[in-house]
Amino acid sequence: MRYASANTNEQATNMSNRIPVSDFHAYPDAHGRFADYGGIFMPETLMPPLEELAAAYLAMREDPAFIAEFERDLKHYVGRPSPIYHAERLSAKIGGAQILLKREDLNHTGAHKINNTIGQALVARRMGKRRIIAETGAGQHGVATATVCARFGLDCIVYMGAVDIERQKINVYRMKLLGAKVVPVVSGSKTLKDALNEAMRDWVTNVADTFYIIGTVAGPHPYPMMVRDFNAVVGREARAQMLEQYGRLPDVLTACVGGGSNAIGLFHAFLNDREVAMVGAEAAGEGIASGRHAASLSAGRRGVLHGNRTYVICDDNGQITETHSISAGLDYPGVGPEHAFLKDSGRARYVGITDDEALAAFHELARTEGILAALESSHAVAQAMKLARELPKDQLILCNLSGRGDKDVHTIAAREGIEL
Amino acid sequence: MSQRIEQRFADLGQAGRKGLIPFISAGDPLPEATVAIMHTLVAAGADLIELGVPYSDPVADGPTIQHSSERAIARGVGIAQILGWVSEFRLTDATTPVVLMGYLNPIEIYGHARFADDASAAGVDGVLIVDVPVEEAETVALLREKGVREIFLVAPTTTDRRLAAIRARAEGFIYYVSFAGITGASQLDPLAVRARVEHIKQGGSIPVAVGFGVRDAASAVQVAESADAVVIGSALVATLAAATSRDAALAAAHAFLAPIRAALDQAVRR
Ligand SMILES: Cc1ncc(COP(=O)(O)O)c(C=O)c1O
Repeated sequence: MRYASANTNEQATNMSNRIPVSDFHAYPDAHGRFADYGGIFMPETLMPPLEELAAAYLAMREDPAFIAEFERDLKHYVGRPSPIYHAERLSAKIGGAQILLKREDLNHTGAHKINNTIGQALVARRMGKRRIIAETGAGQHGVATATVCARFGLDCIVYMGAVDIERQKINVYRMKLLGAKVVPVVSGSKTLKDALNEAMRDWVTNVADTFYIIGTVAGPHPYPMMVRDFNAVVGREARAQMLEQYGRLPDVLTACVGGGSNAIGLFHAFLNDREVAMVGAEAAGEGIASGRHAASLSAGRRGVLHGNRTYVICDDNGQITETHSISAGLDYPGVGPEHAFLKDSGRARYVGITDDEALAAFHELARTEGILAALESSHAVAQAMKLARELPKDQLILCNLSGRGDKDVHTIAAREGIEL
Repeated sequence: MSQRIEQRFADLGQAGRKGLIPFISAGDPLPEATVAIMHTLVAAGADLIELGVPYSDPVADGPTIQHSSERAIARGVGIAQILGWVSEFRLTDATTPVVLMGYLNPIEIYGHARFADDASAAGVDGVLIVDVPVEEAETVALLREKGVREIFLVAPTTTDRRLAAIRARAEGFIYYVSFAGITGASQLDPLAVRARVEHIKQGGSIPVAVGFGVRDAASAVQVAESADAVVIGSALVATLAAATSRDAALAAAHAFLAPIRAALDQAVRR
């Protein structure tokens, strides 16, 4: 009955607003719930495999041999730990707080996504599943999945919206070079959410031998927890690095939020450090007021999408509506349920960054620090720059630079009217 | 509190007949034809009507129902309008059960309490929400309080432990999904279906309807050997989609369903 009286979204939000939480690391519960969010809203056919996955993963999570295997690959294959880099020239130019970058762009394949795909591929292998499916938006998760499938000798099929295939051609070719089959999705809005739908349809059809590697902290339980756990290495590392390099924790964390995996990856280790503030940067596209955005937490409402209760962007009939962002990786009408919980509990704050702000931050970082950030990550950089302007010089802002921008060079050139 | 579903299955059992359950997407092919199509299906032999509530992201559905949902959505079809159609249907048909089938988000946005009140008032007898498994059934518990039956799916993958939990909660009938896959696929294996349906029926008296992969008289007859009722969706939706006018849709609905009704009755008598 806990949701039954959630008559309107206004009520729902107010009910769970500012709930006192004693231990943020105690979530989710056994049903995959982060207070009011999360859960397992899936067709019956997929419930037994989800139960099987949850049981298998919960055991592996405590298994020292599994953890050692995962950490070995993170070190020798991914190239972890990634450094924390003080963006001194950028900070000096702004003249406020110091911006520190957690360099996930330096990982193998160029983004945080590989932390998760290594983890899930190891789970799949241990469960004896040799056929891997994945969805991708920007192509980064698709590339990271194709990469680990090549590494572990697994079959790989990647679903990708036809619109995204068009705007991320280089990543499509990268996946093919790695031996993956890329299947264009032409249903619905032909973007990330539809790729997820199609991957689920594949899974329902081939449930016996197939493992679905979801690319963000969304989907039904245990995915939001499992993907978070695999990305939580980012925050664990960063927390230790901060203490070692600066003798203290950062004052504020910032990360971009599409589905929310890089953000929760950074935030998680710091959740019980109440003095550390957290700000998630969602894609405000052409501005929240324009309606062309992908800011589920800032401008969406409480609903259910892809197996979990969270904030979604939909119309009054409950139909998921098309989103917009310059970055394909943030172009998603839902968001991981743990972020919905962090928002309502007041532990983290979520704000919108427009296409133009992200682009400006991209250029600023390129010129002052010699780093081409992914357009997704540029949203986090833009937010870090905003915060730096407001905060005194001795404050430390730790920004997750979730990926590198090589994949976006064509998009940026086209937007600026340059033909390559 | 309506007993239409129980009454209908009791009547079928007494008459020694099998139930025929057509599925249509509400509002497709033409919103103004939905109520008339429902009546036509009853006239052609439907025992219960499943009315699909269109949703933008139907993960359990194949292209036929995806596209029909997209067409209905493009015409602005939503829950309020669909409940209006059920009320209208009830003005002249007080006995044929109507079950809404769809996904959770439209109901979530409509509001659970409001939905339970309005669905019950409109004369909806049952609701099958594809993405609400038995674990999450509390989400829609208000429906049960209002006398609207919670219909659950059982799949080929369902374990005995889950089956027991579903049986304990299920009302009206159990909808057995004949294969692991999406609607509109054609992987029907009548022998496997028979074994599973018999297994499900061993545990209690709740009727079992079988859907997914039933597309014509022959497959309906095969499935009805073990099932209490058969559900026909994609094949009917595809037939209706080809109709360009209201009259053509009604004619197509009748022409599609009547022979299946006849074949089912014929097979049982044999
Ligand atoms: C570099 C990068 N950052 C962020 C994201 C957004 O995903 P998430 O919010 O799960 O971190 C993507 C997705 O493709 C990405 O490629």
